[in-house]
Amino acid sequence: MKIIVLAKHAADPESEIRVSADGKGVDEKGLVFDINDWDRYAIEEAIRIREQHGGEVIVVGVGYADDTLRKCLAMGADRAIKIPLDTGMDSYQTAKVVKEAIADESFDLILTGLMSQDHNNALVGTLLAGMLDIPFATAVTSISVEDGRVRAVRELEGGFGEENILPLPALLTIQSGINEPRYVSIMGIKRAKTKELREVSVDAGESMIQVDKVYIPPVEKAELIEGSPEEIAEKLIEILRDRGLI
Amino acid sequence: MMRVFAIAEIGSEELDPVSIELLNLANAIKGDGTSEAVVIGDDVSSYAEELAQHADRVWKVEDSELKNYNPELYVDVLLQLFSKEKPDVVLVANSSRGAEYAPVLAVKLNAPVVTDIVGLDVSNGVRATRYIFQGKLLVDVLVREAETYVFTVRQGVFKDECTVQGEIVDSGIKPSAEVKREFVGIVEPEAGEVDISQADVVVSVGRGIDDASNIELAEELAEVLGGVVAGSRPVIDSGWLPKDRQVGISGKTVKPKLYLALGISGAFQHIMGMKDSELIVAVNKDPEAPIFGVAQYGIVGDIFDVVPALIEKLREIKG
Repeated sequence: MKIIVLAKHAADPESEIRVSADGKGVDEKGLVFDINDWDRYAIEEAIRIREQHGGEVIVVGVGYADDTLRKCLAMGADRAIKIPLDTGMDSYQTAKVVKEAIADESFDLILTGLMSQDHNNALVGTLLAGMLDIPFATAVTSISVEDGRVRAVRELEGGFGEENILPLPALLTIQSGINEPRYVSIMGIKRAKTKELREVSVDAGESMIQVDKVYIPPVEKAELIEGSPEEIAEKLIEILRDRGLI
Repeated sequence: MMRVFAIAEIGSEELDPVSIELLNLANAIKGDGTSEAVVIGDDVSSYAEELAQHADRVWKVEDSELKNYNPELYVDVLLQLFSKEKPDVVLVANSSRGAEYAPVLAVKLNAPVVTDIVGLDVSNGVRATRYIFQGKLLVDVLVREAETYVFTVRQGVFKDECTVQGEIVDSGIKPSAEVKREFVGIVEPEAGEVDISQADVVVSVGRGIDDASNIELAEELAEVLGGVVAGSRPVIDSGWLPKDRQVGISGKTVKPKLYLALGISGAFQHIMGMKDSELIVAVNKDPEAPIFGVAQYGIVGDIFDVVPALIEKLREIKG
């Protein structure tokens, strides 16, 4: 099995998110970057499949992805491909450059995270599947590799799942919680240093979208209960009592 | 003259309300053009009649092979329809299905696609609005000029209805593609010990609970309040609570008398599962957390300070 995994170095939505001065982006100050959480599950799944069936795991990153690519290599990916282009929020452009960068790789399976934790487009995987014209499934919560095909369960609404069989090569986007991603070991980090991290240059092509404005959502905020923890507890108990909840 | 197509979403034996929302948006932007629904399945007549009350035209695409959803067949029949009936805009629900096939449809139509939109302005170029960073920010994006645009639309946003009463047309389109992906079956959710959707009080924990060992704190609070413990996606993903305790679109929808959100930032996927609770109280360190947008009462602070104090006071009262 030759498996390609896409991994994004992405800002954590739980870090300090502020609009940048020009109003067209996010202020880098206060942002904490790491491997996109969904991609962490995807790389783990790929490594598990290789451990079971043999083969190779190739991780691909677009933009500044070095730290994340090294992390994936330390987790157990065999080699990495870096595409040094900033495609921003344009998933179409991202999918297009990935398609070009992997043109010479024969593969059985492509795994991507369901979405990125920063822009939440959930597009790169599906667009790539469309561009490559290969069978695909999204929000996958379980995979088993059989002879020349994969059995994958997709997550639907309301706790339901949908089981499908896809012939290889195929592309699956991975839902979080599919596995328990391993931690990076010291040995893994050492080993990663000897692994190939190749930079490929491809043409960025045209962009499909342009950011006009980034802003804080106008919402009616909750009434705040303030004070010391004890005061807060007392005020809250009063509210609950008024409503007959205690 | 603009033609706006909305692809209906069929739930289990009924039209998903988001289908009407897509048409509400279509009617709002069509100008002197048309809103046109497309309904795909093995027996869609009753759905078509419902849709016709909100669309200028409803296209039926009926075939026994379309009984179960398959993205390859959806793309196939839609491409056949759109090769004759040229759409300017195609609206698809941002559901587990729509989010899957719409981008591939867009690639095949050579159309730009924007997902999970909450706003759309076509008056001067095409501008779509969507959330980023799990609901913390909004972005307006200008979409490149194209013959056709594809959008997946967030549910629950376009509620303003408009009665149109249009015609129903049998498209006569049949699936023509050789399907690669094979549908095996639907996997039922596992039933757990407690049904969180039946509880009057739900104490729900999120990523802010930090560690599995802290679930106990939520359990203590749930016990004094006579409620149950539930969680948001990250808590379930980490295996700290079983899947049947998940509140959200892909988990359960709850409407308790009291929903106490502890350390939950409030991604849309979660909010859709609890927004109709009678009383929502949220505790979160981040004053900008989207959960404060749906809560009636908010406490900006550390759950590990507030919750123990609350448990103590409640125990004092109960003696």
